[in-house]
Amino acid sequence: MANVGIVIISHSEKVADGVKDILEQAVGQVTVESAGGTEDGEIGTSLEKIQGAIENVHSAQGTVVFYDLGSAKMNAEIAIEMLELENVHLAEAPVLEGAYLAAVEASMGSALDEVVKALEKEFK
Amino acid sequence: MTFTVEQAINWLTKSNEKIQKNKDYLSELDQAIGDGDHGINMARGFDEVVKKLDGNDYEQVADVLKDAAMTLMSKVGGASGPLFGTAFLKISMAVKGEEAVTFGTFVKALEDAVAGVKQRGKAEEGEKTMIDVWSPMVERMKAADDFDASVIRDNAKSSMEATKDIVATKGRAAYLKERSKGHLDPGSVSSYYIFEALAESLEEGA
Repeated sequence: MANVGIVIISHSEKVADGVKDILEQAVGQVTVESAGGTEDGEIGTSLEKIQGAIENVHSAQGTVVFYDLGSAKMNAEIAIEMLELENVHLAEAPVLEGAYLAAVEASMGSALDEVVKALEKEFK
Repeated sequence: MTFTVEQAINWLTKSNEKIQKNKDYLSELDQAIGDGDHGINMARGFDEVVKKLDGNDYEQVADVLKDAAMTLMSKVGGASGPLFGTAFLKISMAVKGEEAVTFGTFVKALEDAVAGVKQRGKAEEGEKTMIDVWSPMVERMKAADDFDASVIRDNAKSSMEATKDIVATKGRAAYLKERSKGHLDPGSVSSYYIFEALAESLEEGA
């Protein structure tokens, strides 16, 4: 069965890609997609990029989405509402540290609610 | 008086013209209390809106505004994208089904827009945001019986100017606390241009 998917949203394409690189190298067995910067790679976020990233990693197991600053959260909320997918959780945690923890949990085959619980416990 | 497809397109076209013309001014305002990208972001978004509308035939005001909303959400890049996008999306949803939108429906649509922006931005009145222009506009229009361009223009202008004395509690400007006083809120200035454009599109008629 697929693992919980992870999406990294950042205002910077480099930051989002960098966090993805760290997770893939340090955790390995992880389904992660980055959605950084605007469509033309400027600083900002793109609704379409975010939607695409969620769709790429999403499975019946669910997806956890991490974001960095203000507009990233709003765009993430809109993306989730519009996709109308079940089991997509927007995490309130530091992007790198949170995603790292989620990746470790997901790689162990934890279910979405277990991943979310672990995040809440660590970053309350 | 009703609000037609032609007026809706004119509204967005004129909004774009004003935002392009004042792009640097909006960014200067944002540099004082925000992250300095408001002018660039709004200019990019509205430019794309006009491009998007250009190639299409529209039968309903709702479709014009929906395309504008989706374009703003995906092209603006900063927080203004989801916020102004939400505003236009809510208006679009509320006017759906009416080829020529009545005043009553339009006011209700603006009311929905304010509720949507509040929910999306987790903000209320008096926090030095675009809501401080949009919300008084709804209250003023609720007290009227028909579209009145000069009422819309004057209300938006005075609300926009009043943001100067508000202490910011939302967004990047909130970090500045008391120091945010004395500066206009960039999102409110953009909102003023949007309502000024609405007034002009009403004056020019269908």
